[in-house]
Amino acid sequence: MTVVGLIFSNVYDRNISEMTRKRTMASVPFGCRYRLIDFALSNMVNSGIDKVGIVTHYNYQSLLDHIGNGKDWDLARRSGGIKILPPFITAYDSNVANKLYSTRLEAMIGINNFINRCTEDYVVLSDCDIICNINLSKVIKQHEESGADLTVVTKKMFLTDDDAGKHTIIESDDEGYASNVYVSTSNTIGINPISTNIYVIKRTTLQGLLLEALAHGYKSFTLDVLTVLAKKRLVKCYEFDGYYAYVHSLAGYFSTSMQLLDPNVRAGLFGIKHRPVMTKVRNSAPTKYTDGAVVNNSLIADGCVIEGEVIDSILFRGVKVGKGTVIKNCILLQDTYIGENCNLNCVITDKNVVIKDGRNLSGHESMPFFIEKGARV
Amino acid sequence: MFRKKECVAMLLAGGQGSRLYALTSKVAKPAVQFGGKYRIIDFPLSNCINSGIDTVGVLTQYQPLVLNEYIGNGLPWDLDRYFGGASILPPYQGKERSDWYKGTANAIYQNLEFIDKFDPDYVLILSGDHIYKMDYSKMLEYHKENNAACTIAVLDVPLEEASRFGIMSVNEDGSIYKFTEKPKEPDSTKASMGIYIFSKDKLFDYLRADNKNPDSCNDFGKNIIPEMLKNGERMMAYEFSGYWKDVGTISSLWEANMDLVGKNATFDLSDEGWRIYSRTESRPPQFLGAEAKVDNSILTEGCEVYGEVKNSVLGSGVKVAKGAVVVDSVIMSDVEIEEGAVVNYCIIDSYTKVGKNAKLGKVKDEAAGVTVIGEKCIVPEGTVIGDNEMITEI
Repeated sequence: MTVVGLIFSNVYDRNISEMTRKRTMASVPFGCRYRLIDFALSNMVNSGIDKVGIVTHYNYQSLLDHIGNGKDWDLARRSGGIKILPPFITAYDSNVANKLYSTRLEAMIGINNFINRCTEDYVVLSDCDIICNINLSKVIKQHEESGADLTVVTKKMFLTDDDAGKHTIIESDDEGYASNVYVSTSNTIGINPISTNIYVIKRTTLQGLLLEALAHGYKSFTLDVLTVLAKKRLVKCYEFDGYYAYVHSLAGYFSTSMQLLDPNVRAGLFGIKHRPVMTKVRNSAPTKYTDGAVVNNSLIADGCVIEGEVIDSILFRGVKVGKGTVIKNCILLQDTYIGENCNLNCVITDKNVVIKDGRNLSGHESMPFFIEKGARV
Repeated sequence: MFRKKECVAMLLAGGQGSRLYALTSKVAKPAVQFGGKYRIIDFPLSNCINSGIDTVGVLTQYQPLVLNEYIGNGLPWDLDRYFGGASILPPYQGKERSDWYKGTANAIYQNLEFIDKFDPDYVLILSGDHIYKMDYSKMLEYHKENNAACTIAVLDVPLEEASRFGIMSVNEDGSIYKFTEKPKEPDSTKASMGIYIFSKDKLFDYLRADNKNPDSCNDFGKNIIPEMLKNGERMMAYEFSGYWKDVGTISSLWEANMDLVGKNATFDLSDEGWRIYSRTESRPPQFLGAEAKVDNSILTEGCEVYGEVKNSVLGSGVKVAKGAVVVDSVIMSDVEIEEGAVVNYCIIDSYTKVGKNAKLGKVKDEAAGVTVIGEKCIVPEGTVIGDNEMITEI
């Protein structure tokens, strides 16, 4: 049994536009040293998938820079490995009602050539904004045994008002078949099984579906494929019980990042045996804590120099924190420079931000203060 | 059809490093961990690639397995190449003779064919024992400018320490007229750093001649260099100034690690223009708990600290539990220090577990010596081990 992976790198870019102005959702930095796509990629590599197509639309320079030739995931291969699939279509076609999902189906039609040249038995589809460590081999095995046309990975999540309309809820019957697919419903407060947008499908089945979609002008994977197949009782659910998170807004990015300070969350993401999360190696020197540095309940990448106080925060590679500075509840992206005697609370700095001496900046958990890439404050 | 390489580096990595005792019982000295996320050999390898030398033969002999796996195809140093790159060169069985590498010169002699394949004009000889950053391309320029047969990198050392080194006596133009190994009364302070550039033909001639001499120790310092000097070859001293440390002893290894600590540390690894590369495993970022206290230390990926760390270097994946205290110590990868344990002035090798409330080493003062705990030791709860101890098994 052979499997090819497909990762969609631009879906939901608009959800977190502050950070995706100059990069794809896939290359949004997350968790000190990762980019969001590292999770989807590592999941595939750790599940024995060694051919991965990455579907891009626009703004993908930062993604290409991150992925390179795939070396860091052992995906620099003669045969298989990483395939970057640039667009054949325009993203966000203005005629489509549900823009986000239409992109996925249209994107797949656009990379028909790639899919047709694949010889693998199965295709795993994954979004790039899923933060989880899942053994896809189990999903593939279940799919193979079930005989279903499509398997969707679901996760029971507690949804709040803020999540309204942002998820596809998939209810399943006793035998695990998807029985009801709710798209964009608002009355969803409470625990619901949501689609993680990880799908397993037989390659030939996918090819057939794409031909049909092309012929009928279908636009939405969820509405025109998932829902239709579910009605025919051809979609099986695979309920994932590990840690799963997604990023649907800047506040969501903030709170999801902060969840990493919980050791159980880290265990569920990074602590799973033989399933490391891989990322581009930067070869930063180890982090220096000088005399008088105070760092508590914080996650720190390599290459930092910390002279001040850092509490409940997440520091990416190469961050400098000056003397007398107090950082609380902050996420400081790569190479942020914070001078002396500053006070920062609930601030997210994008890459290469410089905060000069003595600045006082504060946001709130529900609305973190975001400072864009390269800004000087 | 092969291309050509102007300069090929040969890295002598077969040494045991017997004065590191427990730390080299399972690995060769170049594979000893250093500075949290590195191994000693990362320094010459990174220097090579940063100097534009992309063909490196790594000569291994003593305990090569860890080293072989670590170097692999040379990927972390960008030395995975079609032509050139990193090659591991162990001693091999020949049709007529099968020899271990008898000396540094003999090790190179046995690999002349490897060198010849690249048809280089120059051969750079390096050792895997030192911590330093050096641009070998500048030294090569100097070698070419002076039309030398051999250029030896030298470092000015204090006169009182000169008798520990091979000392070069140098004319005004930089040419060497005398070389004395560990002189009792040194007449110069220029110490050989064990870094040589040879013009290929000269090197080949002298190695072949040396191999025919049954009385030779087949050593560069003892035989090749003196022989070349005797024959009046043009030998140049290339003066290097900068950080350079021989980490051949426990105390020098400890000191070199500590040279990385502090804001204005003696040795800086954060220079983006001269990165030191290493093979790293994918580990999560370091985490400091709510009650952690970390002062004047360096930590790397995978570390989790809930206790207290002061003046120390922690390798990847080191866990320091709540209530545990680590002071003035070098802790290598994946060591676990359990609750209430106190570690003072120690070097602890990888995968060792220090049980609850154990007391290792003694508060550092002038009289105390470094305590070394070897790899994969389980130090039972409450164990007390004094200073200057060397533990390989408990």
